[in-house]
Amino acid sequence: MLATRAISLVGKRAISTSICVRGGHGVAKVDDYNPLPDVQFVTELSAEQKSLKEKEKGSWATLSNEEKIALYRISFKQSFAEMNEGTKEWKSVIAGMFFFIGMTGLVVLWQRKFVYGPVPPTFESEWKEKEVQRMLDMRINPVEGFSAKWDYENKEWKK
Amino acid sequence: MTHASVFRGSHKCTTMRSNSRPCGQTTPLASRCYSHAKVETDEEFDARWVTYFSKPDIDAWELKKGMNTLIGYDLVPEPKILDSALRACRRLNDLASAIRILEAVKDKSGPHKDIYPYLIQELQPTLIELGISTPEDLGMDKL
Repeated sequence: MLATRAISLVGKRAISTSICVRGGHGVAKVDDYNPLPDVQFVTELSAEQKSLKEKEKGSWATLSNEEKIALYRISFKQSFAEMNEGTKEWKSVIAGMFFFIGMTGLVVLWQRKFVYGPVPPTFESEWKEKEVQRMLDMRINPVEGFSAKWDYENKEWKK
Repeated sequence: MTHASVFRGSHKCTTMRSNSRPCGQTTPLASRCYSHAKVETDEEFDARWVTYFSKPDIDAWELKKGMNTLIGYDLVPEPKILDSALRACRRLNDLASAIRILEAVKDKSGPHKDIYPYLIQELQPTLIELGISTPEDLGMDKL
């Protein structure tokens, strides 16, 4: 009753939103945040729902909680809590991130093995030892830097 | 009957209230005006909406249009406006919309969790009188 009354009234006025006045399920396009949609959710009421609607005309205090919820569900598809509920999509997003970072890691490891050539000989420890000795002999940064940390008397690094 | 009253609120340039200011604060007359339009005070705004919902023969479309417009504003309506709207629901035998209105204002309060309990406290006499259960009573605030 309320639905047909609403539809006949909507027909008289300019429809300011673009909600289609037919079934309502999935046909309606919500422009903005409208807590009271033009068309109620359930358009064809069962006999039980019709009698509930009749009971609604009387005192609401006589309605049980289940009846009140039933009336709500006739008019609205989802409660605010259901409407605002987040999805679990973020878990998929994080999982995807880890997966692709892992894939990238595998690619990098493969590259190191099969693509890159050997490192230069200057990285070998024997070469490095000679390099350090040469730097100390040249007194590289003797005031505050490299050679300053070397104890030339005791031939060891300063503690 | 016209519905121009609902649409005429276009002077809302400088004095649109944001959620951070308490409801009912009067804009001083010496305020800066970015236009020469008359500035509507908070009381005038509230009174206009109370009157809107108090129409004895309000119809379902007007209730929906009014609520949707009101919820679209950057404010949480005063209890007296909500009281008027809930009584309009009663005249229209629409309990679902009454519960929906309560849900909507709770949602409108956003991060300010103390607004909704205040509204319910102020509306308690009306809720009892009309037999409206809050969404919390019905367990509808949970999933």
